[in-house]
Amino acid sequence: MAGGVAEEKAALLMMRLSCLAVLSTFLGIIGMVVWRGLPTLRLEMLFRTPSAGFYMGGGGGVLNAIVGSLLMAGVGTVIAVFMSIPVAFYLNVFAPRNSHLASAVRISLDLLCGIPSIVYGAFAFAVMLMAGLRASLACGTITLAVLCFPIMARAMDEVLRMVPRELAETSWSLGATRLETALRVILRQATPGLVSAAMLSFGRAVGDAASVLFAAGYSDRVPLAPTDPAASLPLAIFFQLGSPFPEVRDRAYAAALILTILVVGVGLAARRLSAARSRHVVR
Amino acid sequence: MNGLAQIRIRNLNVWYGNVHVLRSITADIPPRRITAIIGPSGCGKTTLLRCFNRLVDNDDNARVEGDVLVDGENIFAPDVDVTLIRKKMGLLSQRPFPLPMSIYDNVAYGPRIHGTAHREEIGPLVEKYLRMTNLWDEVKGRLREPAARLSVGQQQRLCLARGLAVEPEMILADEPTSALDPVSSRAIEQAFRELKDRYTVILVTHILRQARRLADYVFFMYMGELVEHGPAELIFESPRERMTREYVSGIIS
Repeated sequence: MAGGVAEEKAALLMMRLSCLAVLSTFLGIIGMVVWRGLPTLRLEMLFRTPSAGFYMGGGGGVLNAIVGSLLMAGVGTVIAVFMSIPVAFYLNVFAPRNSHLASAVRISLDLLCGIPSIVYGAFAFAVMLMAGLRASLACGTITLAVLCFPIMARAMDEVLRMVPRELAETSWSLGATRLETALRVILRQATPGLVSAAMLSFGRAVGDAASVLFAAGYSDRVPLAPTDPAASLPLAIFFQLGSPFPEVRDRAYAAALILTILVVGVGLAARRLSAARSRHVVR
Repeated sequence: MNGLAQIRIRNLNVWYGNVHVLRSITADIPPRRITAIIGPSGCGKTTLLRCFNRLVDNDDNARVEGDVLVDGENIFAPDVDVTLIRKKMGLLSQRPFPLPMSIYDNVAYGPRIHGTAHREEIGPLVEKYLRMTNLWDEVKGRLREPAARLSVGQQQRLCLARGLAVEPEMILADEPTSALDPVSSRAIEQAFRELKDRYTVILVTHILRQARRLADYVFFMYMGELVEHGPAELIFESPRERMTREYVSGIIS
């Protein structure tokens, strides 16, 4: 019996240490970004594009990258939402039981989620070369949509799986069709989870450097047309961190801080939005 | 007499994979009565009930043979519109499942999807069915609140009202009081008594005393077979089969 107690204590200690690791990673990253980034964060960073000599310590900001990132990740996420919701609903509501298509799709999604983003970038680049397209805002957006589609679809699949089966049966037994059940009952029940899934993939998309490296290119100007090359915050951080000038490297942390605030801000806003809709969720 | 039967079951067999769960059931269910389906757990009561509104279609590896005729129409015929069959039957499950919307919207769900009522008629309909299930006085001040905030007993009566709002001909109830406290159970039983003049009620129950209190007609099932069926007083007082006698007297369960 005493051995059992010791075992339990050891296991509990392990779990607590792991939990501590979560918190310290979170605080470590946020702390480092704030500590290095905040002192160099100027309003100018947010509202100006790089001036001449920016990469050697000159004036200006990263407005080009902020706009590029928001547009590409924002529109890319929206595209991915419209691709993911039908997949998740098909897998959970419409597909016949033991459907081969459904299991093939689930396996594909799992594998796609594990493919590194640089491979998506290289894939996009190859397609663009074949189609004769140049690096642009539009190509970056589509690449990010493709990159976050499997992540989002997989997450939404899990969300819909959690919806109690009896809820759908209740709606069917009232004479509702599958589509009515999906749109009026399951969608409502799952909205908070679907919003979280979309946010998770927005975070992935806005923070990804490798896939947009070839697809969107980089430009010091704010992209005004879909065919313009577009900068992104992760690449802005990457280029500045590689600079030999310490003041430019410090600005990289400021850009990282902007990126972090952006992701957290969008996440919190979405949470507020879905909280209003989750009033009726049945637990 | 046979012409009155609203549901006629003819040689119905159901398999889940290789397990034969319903064996050659043939019987009629009389209209505007409470028919109780009794029997020990695992005897196929719920499966039989799920055949009537074809929810059995959604079960894993289920295979159905035989006919179930509702108002003379075979509901397992290939060209049947399953939503129309389900519209004829309200379902009450073991645990209440309110839809993720307000109390009002729960009751209005059926009329809205079937387009059976104009906007201005829905309000009175909601009141009518909430009164029918004796819930109106308890919820009239908070119709816009989430249905999930009601007590479990109230939720079950809401589910009944929601089913009635579809204007079905029958009510299928699958152990509808098993999750409820005694007071809520009595409220559901009372609702059934009031409803049986207008609806055919089919009640699956493992509570013998409940069947005695409510049933006009009884099906006794055992191991997937319909052992005996007949008017309640006959089944409870002078059953023909030894198995039925042992079950209703509590020797087997």
